[in-house]
Amino acid sequence: MTSQEALFNYNLRLGDTSLILAQRLSEWTGHGPFLEEDLALTNIALDIFGRGKALLEYAAKTEGKGRTEDDLAFFRNDREYFNALITEQPNGDYAKTIVRQALIDCFDLAFYSELSKSKDETLAGIAAKSIKEITYHKRHSFSWVNRFGNGTEESFNRLQNGLNEIWPYAGELFEMNEVDALLIKEGIAVDLSMLKANWEKEISQLLAKANLVAPEGTYVQTGSRKGLHGEHLSYILAEMQSLPRMHPTAKW
Amino acid sequence: MQTKENIFSLLSEIPDPEIPVISIVELGVIRDVTFDEKNIEVKITPTYSGCPAMKQMEDDVRKKLIENGFETVKINTVYTPAWTTDWLSAEAKIKLQKYGIAPPEESTNDKSFLTGKTKNITCPRCKSKNTMMVSQFGSTACKALYKCNDCLEAFDYFKCI
Ligand SMILES: [Zn+2]
Repeated sequence: MTSQEALFNYNLRLGDTSLILAQRLSEWTGHGPFLEEDLALTNIALDIFGRGKALLEYAAKTEGKGRTEDDLAFFRNDREYFNALITEQPNGDYAKTIVRQALIDCFDLAFYSELSKSKDETLAGIAAKSIKEITYHKRHSFSWVNRFGNGTEESFNRLQNGLNEIWPYAGELFEMNEVDALLIKEGIAVDLSMLKANWEKEISQLLAKANLVAPEGTYVQTGSRKGLHGEHLSYILAEMQSLPRMHPTAKW
Repeated sequence: MQTKENIFSLLSEIPDPEIPVISIVELGVIRDVTFDEKNIEVKITPTYSGCPAMKQMEDDVRKKLIENGFETVKINTVYTPAWTTDWLSAEAKIKLQKYGIAPPEESTNDKSFLTGKTKNITCPRCKSKNTMMVSQFGSTACKALYKCNDCLEAFDYFKCI
C-alpha cells in the first residue's frame, strides 16, 4: 500500500463516518420529540454533513481519478463504504439516538482535537473547524443523557435499552489497521490507542451520573475498516442514492 | 485594473443570504482575493461546516465579479484559520442587534463558551438581561434560541464560536 492509497482510505473512513451519521440523524427532521430538539438534531446533522463533504472532497482529490465528492457519496456500493458501524445503526427512539450520539461525540471531540495537529494541512484545517462544532454537539448529547437518566422510570429504561443495543458497536471506533500504521508513521493519522483510556473514563463518568450500567462482556462488533457492514447500510444507501442513480447526469 | 480595496468594496455590496443586514465581508467569510485583469480567485471560509448559505454566497460573489469585468472567477474554500465570531466588527454587531439578533457577547479567547457558562445575553428588543436559553440550536447553524423573561419575546442569539 502506498501513502497515497492509505490517505485515500483514511479520508474515506472519516468522510463516510460523517456522511452516514448525518444521514441517520437527518431522519429525525420533522420527527423530533418537540420543535427545539427537532432543530437541534437537524443542525447537528448539518454540521456533520458539512464535515463529511469536506472530507470526501479531499478523498476525491487524494484519489486523483477525477471523481468528485458527489461521485463518492452516490456511486459507491456498501462494500466500498468505510463508515464506522455505530453510525449506521437505526435511530431507535430518541434516547437511543442520544446515547449513540454521546458515545460518538466523546470520541470525535478527542479525535478531531488530535487530528488538528496532523502534518496533513487539509485534515488539520477540517479538524480545527470541527472541534468548535463538536463542542456544542457533545454538550447537547451529554446533557440529554443526564436528563433521561435522572428523569422518569420510562426515560431511564429507554436510555438503558438504547445503550445496551449500541454498546457493542462503540469499540470499533478505536480499531486500527495497516492504514493507520502507515499514516501514524508519517505524522498524519491519529493513534487511536492513545484516546481510549480517556474516552472510557469520560463515558463511565457520564453513565454513572445517569445511573446507567454499561453492558457486561467485551464483545466488539467490527468490520467497517474492511468495508463489511450490516444490512442497515444497504437501506441507507438505497434511499440516499436512488435519485442520483436514476438520473446520473442531472445537475442542480 | 482593479485594486484589492475596490474588490472588497464590491463584495461588501453582497448581503449575507440569511442575515441581509450585514454583508459577507462584514461576516468575515471573504479571506482574500488574488487577481489579474481578467481572472480572479476568491478565498472563502465557511461559518459552519454545513452552512447551506455558502453555495448562495459563492454564486453571488461569482455574479458580482463577472458583472464588474472579470472573465473567470475561481472560488476556493479554505478551512484555516477557522472562522470565528471574533471577526465580526463592532459595527456589524450593532447592525445585528438592530435587526433583532443578539450579537455574540463573548470573545472566544475567554473559554466560557466551551463550558457552557454563557453570560446573560441582552434582549435585542427591550435590552433586559433577564433572558434564558431555550435551545443551543436555533433557526440557522450560527444561532441559538433565547427568550426574554421581561418582554417575553423569543429571539436569536448569534452564538460565539
Ligand atoms: Zn426583552
